[in-house]
Amino acid sequence: MTENAVETRGLRKVFGPIVALEGLDLSIARGEVFGLLGPNGSGKTTTIRILTGLMAPTAGIATVVGYDVATQAELLRRRIGYMSQKYGLYDDLTVRENVTFYAGLYGLTNPERKERVRAQLAAFQLDARARQLAGTLSGGWKQRLALACATTHRPDMIFLDEPTAGVDPVSRRLFWERIYSLSDSGTTILVTTHYMDEAERCERLAFLSRGHLIALGTPADITARFGTKSVEDVFIKLQEQDEPEAA
Amino acid sequence: MSVLTRVRGSLVWPMLWKEFIQMRRDRLTLGMMIFIPAIQLMLFGFAIRTEVRNLPTVVVDEANTQQSRALAQRLFNTGNLKLAGTAPDRAAATFAIERGSARAALLIPPAFTADLKRQRTATAQLLIDAADPMASSAAISSAVIASQIGSDAGASRLAVRPLDVRVRPLYNPALRSPIYIVPGIIGILLTLTMQMITSMAIVRERERGTLEQLVVTPIPRIGLMLGKVVPFAIVGYVQMSVVLLLGHFVFDVPLRGSLALLYGVTSFFIIASLGLGLFVSTLVRTQVQAMQMSFFFIMPTILLSGFMFPRDAMPEFAKWLGAAFPITYYLEVVRGILLKGVGLAAIWPEVLILAAFAVALISLSAVRFHKSVE
Repeated sequence: MTENAVETRGLRKVFGPIVALEGLDLSIARGEVFGLLGPNGSGKTTTIRILTGLMAPTAGIATVVGYDVATQAELLRRRIGYMSQKYGLYDDLTVRENVTFYAGLYGLTNPERKERVRAQLAAFQLDARARQLAGTLSGGWKQRLALACATTHRPDMIFLDEPTAGVDPVSRRLFWERIYSLSDSGTTILVTTHYMDEAERCERLAFLSRGHLIALGTPADITARFGTKSVEDVFIKLQEQDEPEAA
Repeated sequence: MSVLTRVRGSLVWPMLWKEFIQMRRDRLTLGMMIFIPAIQLMLFGFAIRTEVRNLPTVVVDEANTQQSRALAQRLFNTGNLKLAGTAPDRAAATFAIERGSARAALLIPPAFTADLKRQRTATAQLLIDAADPMASSAAISSAVIASQIGSDAGASRLAVRPLDVRVRPLYNPALRSPIYIVPGIIGILLTLTMQMITSMAIVRERERGTLEQLVVTPIPRIGLMLGKVVPFAIVGYVQMSVVLLLGHFVFDVPLRGSLALLYGVTSFFIIASLGLGLFVSTLVRTQVQAMQMSFFFIMPTILLSGFMFPRDAMPEFAKWLGAAFPITYYLEVVRGILLKGVGLAAIWPEVLILAAFAVALISLSAVRFHKSVE
């Protein structure tokens, strides 16, 4: 196993004539909270799909939590968690059933599964709502449940795709507290977002623009380098640079 | 590697578990799975009659002798016609048909008995309201039967019969519709469940974003697919068993052949239909589209498969179109096994075609499905 949770070298992906990703070199340390930023079409989604083993790169290599994404995708997926913007919850299953279902899909079997589901419901304060249908939860609770579902199998790394879009500020803060506590216990977090307040909570950021990595560093590094006040300004500046070229 | 294979297999169980919980909670799906078979069975079993009984008939008996009354009685004994009253003359009988109070009229001229006695051909006339071809053909067939019996009686004194054609209806001697229709309902029902409900269930996962979530879990694609389709195959077998039981005990549909063979061959049909359902799911984005697209496939299966309308009566082009649907062969198999009690020796061509459909459709759709989730 390598030191880093994610290690990519010269990652490249083309779809026919379109180059989605060009020569991506990325290292993410274990336990790091890492933000992947960029406008739509910048290669964010492609990167995530490659790193989760859903899609093989055209060229280059990538290892995630010690597994080669191209050849060990199935083993890799057992060790990672994924939470999408849509949460991926079943509205017609109860809170407990959702957690139990995903625990099962990650290969947990009874009695371990029962024990983990119980522990997760307690840790996420979902006990009181265990028998409630997921569809009847509010946005903040859904988000909490989604994170519980994505972490029952104690993954080494979690992928979060715009995790706090459309969630109230209180839930958002609670959510990030959980993320930091997971990170403290050694879980690597990769967040893709174009929400700047999410980006500023990350330890390090990578900016993608039209398939290229154009900036890498802590939020402070990046704002300093671009001479702007906030990450948001960097984002706007980069997008403005992009648009005349694209036009 | 064997450890990995075992682990992979075990990941299908949570899928099945989840699918059955969802089925139980989804009122629409549950309703479609329980009520559609019940309604179809009642509708097709009780309401739809392709055979015609008790056609109201008026009698104008101008001979009014023992022989003429015997002729009328023979007609009514066929059960196709029923005495609706008498009329004084032809005009009154015609009027009764025009008004709709009668669908047929039996006219026996005064000379009828005299002709019989003189060994001349005695004539009687049956007027039929042929606007409804099905009803009129029933009336015509009774007339043929009645006159044949009458001729037999008359000809018994002759040494040789001029011509004698006897029809013996096999397998369904009472010519009852339910016996023909109920086995067909199994085919239609399985098509509905496997195609429409399955494709809707898969598309729902896509709509709600759960498919996106499932593909990043360790469950392999094939496990994901099996997890989605196997529950519906089980439901299909349950529906089939219910229709067989109701059909047998309510409509006296015979179960002449081997049920094991029927259930076995049904698996090919189920797999082929699931293939179509999967295929539909890869073509559409929303559940509503899935439902519409399924209807697009299901309408011709009802019309062209021989479920209701005999394929022998179809124009060549409709026959070819019908031959493109697995259900056409499946209906042959179901009716063959249930009604004729035949074994594999009689239906192996259909079984072979169904197996080919199953292999082709499921592999084509599996490939498309795998691509669609990437």
